[in-house]
Amino acid sequence: MPRVSFERIHKTYGAVSILKDLNLSVEHGDFLVLLGPSGCGKTTLLNMLAGLTDVTDGRIMIGDRDVTDLDPKDRGLAMVFQSYALYPTKTVRGNLRFGLASARLSSEEVDRRVAWAAKLLQIEPLLDRKPAQLSGGQRQRVAIGRALVKHAEVLLFDEPLSNLDAKLRTEMRLEIKRLHEELNPTVVYVTHDQIEAMTMATKIAVMNNGVIQQFGTPDQIYERPANLFVAGFIGSPAMNLKKARVAKRDGLVTGHFGNGQEILLNDYRFAQVPQEGAEIVVGMRPEYFGVPDSPVNGAAAVFDLPVAYTERTGSDATGYLRFDEGLLSLRVEPSQAARLAGGQKVRVAFPPGKANLFDAATGGRL
Amino acid sequence: MTDIASAATIGATVDSRPVVRRRKKRITGRSIAVIVFLTICALFFCVPLYVVLTTSLKTMDEIRQGNIFALPQVWTLEAWRFAWFEACSGINCDGLRVGFWNSVLILIPSLILSIALSIVTGYALALWDVRWAGTFLFLMFMCAFVPFQIIMYPLIAMTRSIGVYGTIWGVAVVHAVLAMPVLVLIFRNYYKDIPQEIMNAAIMDSGSFWRIFFEIILPMSGNILIVVLILQITSIWNDYLIGVTFGGFNTQPMTVNLANMVTVSTGTASYNVDMAAALLTAIPPLLIYFLVGKFFVAGITAGAIKG
Repeated sequence: MPRVSFERIHKTYGAVSILKDLNLSVEHGDFLVLLGPSGCGKTTLLNMLAGLTDVTDGRIMIGDRDVTDLDPKDRGLAMVFQSYALYPTKTVRGNLRFGLASARLSSEEVDRRVAWAAKLLQIEPLLDRKPAQLSGGQRQRVAIGRALVKHAEVLLFDEPLSNLDAKLRTEMRLEIKRLHEELNPTVVYVTHDQIEAMTMATKIAVMNNGVIQQFGTPDQIYERPANLFVAGFIGSPAMNLKKARVAKRDGLVTGHFGNGQEILLNDYRFAQVPQEGAEIVVGMRPEYFGVPDSPVNGAAAVFDLPVAYTERTGSDATGYLRFDEGLLSLRVEPSQAARLAGGQKVRVAFPPGKANLFDAATGGRL
Repeated sequence: MTDIASAATIGATVDSRPVVRRRKKRITGRSIAVIVFLTICALFFCVPLYVVLTTSLKTMDEIRQGNIFALPQVWTLEAWRFAWFEACSGINCDGLRVGFWNSVLILIPSLILSIALSIVTGYALALWDVRWAGTFLFLMFMCAFVPFQIIMYPLIAMTRSIGVYGTIWGVAVVHAVLAMPVLVLIFRNYYKDIPQEIMNAAIMDSGSFWRIFFEIILPMSGNILIVVLILQITSIWNDYLIGVTFGGFNTQPMTVNLANMVTVSTGTASYNVDMAAALLTAIPPLLIYFLVGKFFVAGITAGAIKG
């Protein structure tokens, strides 16, 4: 039985429809990430699960309980908020204790749980401080602690790391992942950061305009995006999406780009082979391109293109080549990046079986 | 800022150049105008205060000499004593102390009732999902502009029908009701600044209206409570109309007492006693200002509640 499931969820604000007929369910112990750009409805979905927003139509189940109309405190959930939402006049201990306000536990049990959470999150020395005396990372730990003391079946996170700096964010990401492995709760986690999604999730639901675009494991989402939106949203630098026309000759299926370049598509596992001349979009991940100007064997495509510019991001570098009207990005070794001077023509190859193909008209995967 | 920066530069090259002193600010025409204006404003309040104070310390013989700006030749607190213990208000000659204690007895329940009612209403309207909250707030806002005189007679009828007319409780209830629109707006606007996520967290943690109020919200309300406390103490203490209308014969507040003393005393007017009585009546709000005035400013300027 799924741990959390949304069944035929509708949500409207006045005449504006936010979510339409949304279905989603996760198993016990799953780490579900709701991923999408701002305004895609992911936070609305989380708030509906938490009970902070009313459901217009549909049903939300936690285990075998229908929680659609239950009060937030009766749903067996705990939530971590983006701004931490600590109670400013209470000490850290007071904040953790208030997390159990509705639980009707004995005082010893409350103390025991507070001590347990404080130890787990290493905030024991901070217990008698007020939130204003804590740093951002410490506040986030307290906020997580306040959620953990409840021993809830399901933990909710609403963009918990977006107020932290980059270094702390990486630390807290590992921390949350460790907690999930240690305590194994079901987690529903909202973020717009694809790195958080890729590193922590066991399941990702990519959302856009109130519709779940794809639901699957991080690998499925990354390697086999279901449509153009997912393909363009996941991956940094983004996947190269180039329009092409299908051609069939001598048993070979090829895609012809607008600039005369072509790519061999025989190794692609078509769900349905498109018609001759059909408009498609070819998606090529920047990291699958071979080293520029290296010897080419058995590539699906070989492009000779002028360099536009390069960008270095520390451990990585990205080269941008002029391709038709736009640019083609490819990941290069930082040591190689210096070689790619502007204007110079280079030869790059794309391996077979790595391309993603989409219908240009519908955006769906072929 | 620039001064500090330039001072730092000068400090760095101290041996080569003499320190250039910042030019002293000249007194300009504009600042003279401002000072004159402020002085006139201060005199406007201080001169009458001076007259009241010195007159209250004089004997009637001295006052009859007609030199109101002169200092007392004989300093005496006799007028103060008389005002407090013996002055007559109507046929009652027990002095102002009767009114003083009535005022205190009116003030305390009025304060508790008005603040308790409006803080909870403001909290509910700002932070809970109340149906028709906007409409309710608008009505409340409109009520704040209804002059008291218009609803005076109906209020008398209503307080009489519930049996509190002419008692201290009647005055307290009317004070609480009349203060509610403004106080609810003040509390509601203050609570609107509390981050929604804190409220969401509290709803998920406890979900209890009263527990969240007493454990989370009330401790965050210190500043605004001080502001409202001062507003209410001043307006209740200085009120005359409600006291004279709803207070019974023996429950009239100090202001009514004072007015009776000054206007309907038989025989010659004792200016020194009148002045002393006026000062006695004004002392409590003044004391409150001195005691919590700095919190008042802090409360008004504290906009956001930091987490």
